[in-house]
Amino acid sequence: MSVGAALPHESAALHVTGHALYTDDLVQRTRDVLHAHPVCSPHAHARVTRLDPAAALEVDGVVRVLTGGDVPGVNDAGVKHDEPLFPDEVMFVGHAVCWVLGETLEAARLGAAAVEVDYEALPSIIALTEAIEAGSFQGGRPVVSRGDTVSGLAGAAHVFSGTTEMAGQEHFYLETHAALALVDESGQVFVQSSTQHPSETQEIVAHVLGLHDHEVTVQCLRMGGGFGGKEMQPHGFAAVAALGAALTGRPVRVRLSRAQDMTMTGKRHGFHAQWRVGFGDDGRLQALEATLTSDGGWSLDLSEPVLARALCHVDNAYWIPHVLLHGRVARTHKTSQTAFRGFGGPQGMLVVEDILGRSAPLLGIDPIDLRRRNFYVEGQTTPYGQPVRHPGRIVAAWDRVLATGQVARRRDEVAAFNATHPHARRGLALTPVKFGISFNFTAFNQAGALVHVYKDGSVLINHGGTEMGQGLHTKMLQVAATTLGVPLERVRLAPTRTDKVPNTSATAASSGADLNGGAVKHACEQVLARLVELDAGRGLPWEELVREAYFSRVQLWAAGFYRTEGIHWDSTAMQGHPFKYFAYGVAATEVEVDGFTGAYFTRRVDIVHDVGDSLSPLVDLGQVEGGFVQGAGWLTLEDLRWDESDGPGRGRLTTQSASTYKLPSFGELPAELHVAFLEHAHEDGVVHGSKAVGEPPLMLALSVREALRQAAAAFGPAGTSVDLPSPATPEAVYWAVERARASGADHVVRGTPGIVPERPDPAAPLLHPRSEQASRTPAEG
Amino acid sequence: MSDPHVIVNGQPRPISGLPVHTSALDLVRGLGLTGAKEGCAEGECGACAVLVLRPEGDASRWTPVNACLVPAAALDGQEVVTAEGLGSPAHLHPVQSELAVRGGSQCGYCTPGFVCSMAAEYYRPDRDEGFDVHALSGNLCRCTGYRPIRDAADALGVPPADDVLAQRQQRPAPPPATTRIDGFARPADLAEALELLGRHPDATVVAGATDLGVEANLRGRRPSYVIAIDRLPELREVSTDGTIEIGAALTLSEAEAALAGAVPLLDEVWPQFASPLIRNGATIGGNLATASPIGDLPPVLLALDASVVLVSAEGECEVPLADYFTGYRETVRRPGELVRSVRIPRPLAGLVAFHKVAKRRYDDISSVAVGFALDVVDGSVVRARIGLGGIAATPVRALATEAALEGRPWRSETVEAAAEVMRGEGTPIDDQRASGAYRSAMLGNALRRLWVERSTRSAGEVQR
Repeated sequence: MSVGAALPHESAALHVTGHALYTDDLVQRTRDVLHAHPVCSPHAHARVTRLDPAAALEVDGVVRVLTGGDVPGVNDAGVKHDEPLFPDEVMFVGHAVCWVLGETLEAARLGAAAVEVDYEALPSIIALTEAIEAGSFQGGRPVVSRGDTVSGLAGAAHVFSGTTEMAGQEHFYLETHAALALVDESGQVFVQSSTQHPSETQEIVAHVLGLHDHEVTVQCLRMGGGFGGKEMQPHGFAAVAALGAALTGRPVRVRLSRAQDMTMTGKRHGFHAQWRVGFGDDGRLQALEATLTSDGGWSLDLSEPVLARALCHVDNAYWIPHVLLHGRVARTHKTSQTAFRGFGGPQGMLVVEDILGRSAPLLGIDPIDLRRRNFYVEGQTTPYGQPVRHPGRIVAAWDRVLATGQVARRRDEVAAFNATHPHARRGLALTPVKFGISFNFTAFNQAGALVHVYKDGSVLINHGGTEMGQGLHTKMLQVAATTLGVPLERVRLAPTRTDKVPNTSATAASSGADLNGGAVKHACEQVLARLVELDAGRGLPWEELVREAYFSRVQLWAAGFYRTEGIHWDSTAMQGHPFKYFAYGVAATEVEVDGFTGAYFTRRVDIVHDVGDSLSPLVDLGQVEGGFVQGAGWLTLEDLRWDESDGPGRGRLTTQSASTYKLPSFGELPAELHVAFLEHAHEDGVVHGSKAVGEPPLMLALSVREALRQAAAAFGPAGTSVDLPSPATPEAVYWAVERARASGADHVVRGTPGIVPERPDPAAPLLHPRSEQASRTPAEG
Repeated sequence: MSDPHVIVNGQPRPISGLPVHTSALDLVRGLGLTGAKEGCAEGECGACAVLVLRPEGDASRWTPVNACLVPAAALDGQEVVTAEGLGSPAHLHPVQSELAVRGGSQCGYCTPGFVCSMAAEYYRPDRDEGFDVHALSGNLCRCTGYRPIRDAADALGVPPADDVLAQRQQRPAPPPATTRIDGFARPADLAEALELLGRHPDATVVAGATDLGVEANLRGRRPSYVIAIDRLPELREVSTDGTIEIGAALTLSEAEAALAGAVPLLDEVWPQFASPLIRNGATIGGNLATASPIGDLPPVLLALDASVVLVSAEGECEVPLADYFTGYRETVRRPGELVRSVRIPRPLAGLVAFHKVAKRRYDDISSVAVGFALDVVDGSVVRARIGLGGIAATPVRALATEAALEGRPWRSETVEAAAEVMRGEGTPIDDQRASGAYRSAMLGNALRRLWVERSTRSAGEVQR
């Protein structure tokens, strides 16, 4: 059986030899390519009062300058119609006002420097807190509500309130955004794009060029990492390349440098949360009110669905009877923040884990006990109304981590270490993950595939998902081989193209294998059913049967389709059953903090994660480990800094390079890392009983943050509650240690009324996507 | 003299006619070799790593470098191997095979760079069975979390006897070419270098080009004339008899090997200085010539009372390092002068340490760097030299702290008082790396930590 086998990535041999091709590798194989370079705004917010490309055209090798006047269709790069491709009003530092095409990248760069642009500077909002104070919001303001928090808080033995802030995160896919467009021999616009969402890239290219979708084909060979950063952000770059190709008749390449990529493209949303929480004497959560404000940047992009997912994950694995969650998207003059692995889930979960981590010492309850006491049990529902199926898996994973991680013994060791080391402290923390799988927006939960069996018995599959390193293609090959009952070597997978499978959803929301696996399986089953019927029990070898099928005029190919059953969602009411299932996991992390500097390292991590029946264990292991380390990067090391001063650099991202923005490197690999999959975890109704794995493990890294909090607290007297910034850089940990030494806990207000989160404004717009309105029948209203 | 060329995966490839700012990465990608990638264009990610054959005694050694920083012209006559040259999908190199089967690649974009860094360690002539994972600290992976890459490295054996690249290391590397391409020259000796410098006063002098490469890639710097000095024999001498002298054009890796532990304080710096990919290009002379206030060597060399030997057509002069830095990235070095060597006087101090504070444990830029060199005799500090980086426009000596220590007993009261003085040293600023307040706190704590780690047994486990 191929499904369930621990296989290396299907392109591993190509990766390691440098033979795997990425979008920009195609430039060397393409004749007469023009190179595009943007002219970027130095202002955070300004009106473009004059744009004169004349001097650029004098530069040797410059061929053309693309401006708004060149757009034959719609001058917009987004799906919300709030992202002009060539803006008259620049909204962030780095916003491209026009693009220069040159015979070489050097010519285009020099041309871009020669373009004359005059700006009239306008007032700008940079920090999220500035936006909140100024009331600068955009989009809907959803509310998730259950029960009555006022009475819930009134009846609680302990009420605490506070605020929690967390920074965003740069995707830092190793491959920056790239597109290569040409008008092909049949007159269609053909775009090679590093995109997680080829269909939407196709739609945006078409509407910018004033073409129909069937005149544009987008192909994605593979991506050098995506992580959500190529779900919506590639469209504009593809459109620039396509526009240039259409106007010049020559292939046009857009490839961002790292500095451009970091300056121009969206990131994980930073969030600000105000909260008020009530606990019973037994530590059980009674009520939670919170207002979450995300930093959306200059345009909406995916900010509304990210916010919706954040609100749907504030509960994480915990039952909270009375809930009032209120969400807002701030508009700031920064990059348009976008999807990033977890898609708001991590930010929502961080809020509740922060609350528990800060409250536990005040309640006098051990954080491990406090978390465990509050887990969902069978029969309970989430605040948005979905029953929590298999809550026992949270406990099973928790207990297995406690056992295999020898947590009881190690906690004693940590205590002994802390008692004998004046200048260092250790912390050991467990956190759970419950992550909802499916796109919140029900319509996106569909996928297609195309399976061809050729006369020689070889199989070619296409599906709508894209490969960004997550091993989707590996899994799809395994699903096809298993379903057809042929060896893996008989199956080949062709690159993702919009002319093979149309109207695809983004490869996102961890759903790639669930959705496309369902579609591939469906297509294979159709072909197989015909072959089985023809075979009529004779047991012919595959090749023979296929040959006979051809001569018997049996169709040897099929289109497969899959849609997730049993889900529904009302995004206005924020109620429904949006998720097919929940993916669960638990991590225990032990850290050591140096009291002189706040520097720390991770001594040991134990993870038990629920991947269902794994389709491909080596791939899934890679997702769990890689997601964990990436999450740890977000929470500890990766430190986006924007110039919030009133100086000339206002709005500039000051960490726009690999030398100033630090990803986890080899040194951040935990000294010990043990990962196991949860046993007996078959998931009914999903392809081969598997579960999605792309995003959930990222949130296991919350255990690192909680361990750091506990280590910092251990520098203070017993019962010290620590407010730990996110990211918890060494400097942030150092100041937390200093505060712990002074045993200050003024970051939490005790009792009512405390800090009352801003109430939802009854007049504020609710989440009500246009697409959902259009799909709604009058009866649904 | 043959036409300028680089031998890439065994094939001579002409480099005449390329613009001077063409990097080795541009060169190999222009040849259709897609393995080396541009990930950051500033030597931080290692996705562009390739192997260059470098001299190693009478033999040679495959040395990984960041191809994005090295000018193609600087490789004239040299042998380069990329991931494609190590193996093919049908015939994987052992390094490639281990990475592939263990899940060491996900998106694959960083992978050819990892392959080259791993292959260099695989071929390290003095390696026994073990694999030093620090060899990979200059390569970033965003997907895997590194565990499978570590396992792949640990699984590697030693090269078989018939391994062509291992055999190649037993013969000398190609000698440096005397390159003359438009805008680029590699002089044969010091006299010729000084003569060229005299004729091209605006020339940019490079060794590993780890600074110019960044300037060229990120800020579009296009020097009118480049003079490569990294192979000048006069700048590559090392002496450890009596006064220690280290040639300015030795790479940091070469200097580390040549000193062989003769300066213990420097041995604390090497592993924390950038990454092997950078240390294989960057030189001591370059580090001093660019005079960055956040370089990791100056604080240590200040603590060691080092001096800089400058050479020009008029002759040599020796400048104490403490007098060398004059302002932000400014020094007393005049146009036409080269850094020839660094001298470190003996005797070396008995109590030395290097403390670097940064966001990331390895391959990060210092928020604060401190070099300590103290002599404690009969329980008293008889001499203290402390060099600081990251807290002023130049690297500086902590003169007030030194004074607060010298002549006093080496005990906690002295340390505590001096730590408070040290906290006030310099004029640290807030920037994206750290706040000024944190930098100041780290100064004082560096001394406290030195005391705790070197004077008591009750210290916490030292973070490594």
